[in-house]
Amino acid sequence: MATLQDFKTAEKSWWCPGCGDFGVLAALQKALVKVGAEPATTAIVAGIGCSGKIGNYINSYNIHVTHGRTLPAALGVKLANRSLRVLAVGGDGDAYAIGMGHFMHSLRRNVDITYIVMDNHVYGLTKGQTSPTSETGFHTKTSPQGSIEQPVHPLMLAVAGGATFVAQGFSSWQPQLADLIVQGMNHPGFSLINVISPCVTYNRVNSYDWYKKTLVNLDDDPGYDRSSRSRALTRLEESDELVTGLIYEEPSIPYEAKIPGFSDIPLAHQDGRLSPEVWNQILGQFE
Amino acid sequence: MIAWKIGGDQGEGIDSTGDIVIHVANRLGYYVYGYKSFSSRIKGGHTNYKVRIGVRPIRAATKRTDILVALNQETINLAAPELEGGVILADSAFQPTLPQGANAQLLMLPMTQIAKESGSALMRNMVAAGASAALLGFSLEPFSDYVAKRFGSKGAAVVQSNQEALQKGYQAIAEQLSQVTRTFALESSRPADRLVLTGNDAVALGALAGGCRIMCGYPITPATDIMESLVKWFPKVGGAVVQMEDELGSITAAIGAGFAGARAMTATSGPGLSLMQEAIGLAAMTETPVVIVDTQRGGPSTGMPTKQEQSDLLALIHGGHGEASRIVITPSSVEESFEDGYEAFNLAEYFQTPVIIATDLSLSLWQQSVDRSRLAGPVPIDRGRVLPSVPASAESAATFQRYAFTADGISPRTLPGTPGGQYLATGVEHSPSGKVSEDPANRERMMDKRLGKTAQIHRMRPGFLVQGPSDADIVLVGVGSTAAVNLEALPFLEAAGIRASAGWFRTLAPFPAEQFAQAVARAQHILVVEQNATGQVAQLIKAEGLYDWRYGSLLKYDGVPFLPEDVAEYVQKLLSKVEVAP
Repeated sequence: MATLQDFKTAEKSWWCPGCGDFGVLAALQKALVKVGAEPATTAIVAGIGCSGKIGNYINSYNIHVTHGRTLPAALGVKLANRSLRVLAVGGDGDAYAIGMGHFMHSLRRNVDITYIVMDNHVYGLTKGQTSPTSETGFHTKTSPQGSIEQPVHPLMLAVAGGATFVAQGFSSWQPQLADLIVQGMNHPGFSLINVISPCVTYNRVNSYDWYKKTLVNLDDDPGYDRSSRSRALTRLEESDELVTGLIYEEPSIPYEAKIPGFSDIPLAHQDGRLSPEVWNQILGQFE
Repeated sequence: MIAWKIGGDQGEGIDSTGDIVIHVANRLGYYVYGYKSFSSRIKGGHTNYKVRIGVRPIRAATKRTDILVALNQETINLAAPELEGGVILADSAFQPTLPQGANAQLLMLPMTQIAKESGSALMRNMVAAGASAALLGFSLEPFSDYVAKRFGSKGAAVVQSNQEALQKGYQAIAEQLSQVTRTFALESSRPADRLVLTGNDAVALGALAGGCRIMCGYPITPATDIMESLVKWFPKVGGAVVQMEDELGSITAAIGAGFAGARAMTATSGPGLSLMQEAIGLAAMTETPVVIVDTQRGGPSTGMPTKQEQSDLLALIHGGHGEASRIVITPSSVEESFEDGYEAFNLAEYFQTPVIIATDLSLSLWQQSVDRSRLAGPVPIDRGRVLPSVPASAESAATFQRYAFTADGISPRTLPGTPGGQYLATGVEHSPSGKVSEDPANRERMMDKRLGKTAQIHRMRPGFLVQGPSDADIVLVGVGSTAAVNLEALPFLEAAGIRASAGWFRTLAPFPAEQFAQAVARAQHILVVEQNATGQVAQLIKAEGLYDWRYGSLLKYDGVPFLPEDVAEYVQKLLSKVEVAP
């Protein structure tokens, strides 16, 4: 059994002191231990931005791709070796701006990957610009008089877009966040865990204190029904998505289990040889 | 050699008629070559399908048409200049007329009426196929057999009514054969075991044979067939085709799969290739194998989606930001498309870098006879330097040195699942252990490693091939489908008393400068024949400092493939002595 130490690297973290991303990293490492993951069979795909640095700090097979493309890369990894535990990790810009197309299609495709979005409502690594989740009126270097756009509502989009697992965590609420990541990894299909991960440098509005005052923990509400798409949407709209916990889950068969004839044995373990019978049968169509 | 052509509106069964003629002629032991002209729409608009039939291998289009099957007047008007004494077989329903000055015999046949008698006007093309069989001097039986195979899944009634239409068309022409002024007796063929394949078919077959099991793509003309073939075949071998939301996702998914140890590819054309450029850089930087097929078409932007061009070459070699290692290979025939279809995966894994198979619309879509023996397996599969396990000593070290500096620049890699082999593959500049590094000395060494490692490719595969004398009056240099056109121009030049040879690139990046320079060293003239406006292959030769007074360029960028006759005519003019007035 791997320990927390096994998932750590010797790299010094490059995040600002106090960054929410430390909490996401810690919760992810705890969750990996809790589900019994091994570094060698864990693959993490990271995007571009502060969040994308996470691959430097976790001992596993990591690929750090182009901006917005974590989900297609994670799909490729999973199909190449379905015995791997595959996670994609990125920020709100990666997920909901440049990668929005992949996000929506990953929801309906439902490959068995866990997607952790580190959402701080601001572009940090480029030093403070408006993000797709920035609130209307939010002042940044690219919206000096306040953002004039509506923010994206990723959780409602996910529920409406056909997601089979939608959750939101808060980087400061470690036990719940780690637990949500565990649940997401155990969910057989695409799981979205949007994590509120405050930026202490460029977002003074959506601060730790602000979130602690406004976030409502759905786990404290015994009457909440996680199996209803319409009730999830209502709850998210009423709360302006300021909730944590498991928001929606439905029984799911992952994409790779539905691909006609798809091999149970990981493709990466096969030699790629064809039987002469199959080859001749295929050539027959060109006679 | 006979050239048969059918023309009409899109959606009238032109393709299926051409398919019948080409497959039957191939089954009879003839070499065939078939090509289509079509537009970016589903119904309406002129389309035609031409089939060359002969007793020697045929690799390119030709100008002349011997038998023209016309389903409308437009077809006759457009094709009249090609006829040179041939025969037009037209549906009398549209009251066909011969344009002024046309050198052809017009045979009228009530195709629509016969089709209706057989059950439906839709079978007009079957009547045309039967009539063509009679004109070509073939027996009806192989046509009936092929129709039974092709329509078998639609039920016996469909097969029977199509066969009836075929038979009536055949009969109608057989009865008037004595009135046909030209006969088209082909030399008799020898029985042979050949298949009819397009370049796209061959690339897909090569990929399948080479162990590719993941294909992520986005439909685009003229590349889509590759995806459509693999999605049919992969269930037999456990693979997966994913129709992605765009080309950005397509290539990135293939890269993810390559990182995780499967052979993966994508296939696209110009617009998709432009979208993939950033990810090609990612694969180069992370040293991840991936195979990309670019079936070039008219560009830029949407350009001419259904027309021939070879204008992506420089983008394939240099496209994207930064200086990214990659290999570009260029098949010029259906056979080479098969070879490159599997070899691309060996190269991608050996060199741990993106490999692009550059084809073009003519090569990817047009059909050709291929000896089955050329597709006999098993093909070589070389997975490159993959460590099955990581020695304990390395495991105890801090991190696996994924990007270790080696003599040839290729570092052993591990696949996810291998204990102790964990590493970070990042598009950010990194140290041998994969960690982010901005150290200037490391940066230079890493750039040199990635850009230098592919140079060995010229010891592994041909860079440039030539057919013909090395001291020729002129060497015709081609790439992709223009190589085949050049080869077919050689007999015309020989007849004109010109000693010509034809050469073609098999590897375009890294550029095989030495092989190319040697191959053309003794030639008097060198003509670079390519289908783009700026002479991209010529530019590559210039960049190597090889382009001198012996060179010339023949360019075409109107969307229409070069014909061997065009090239031969140009060369004859080029080499004719200029009369200088006294």
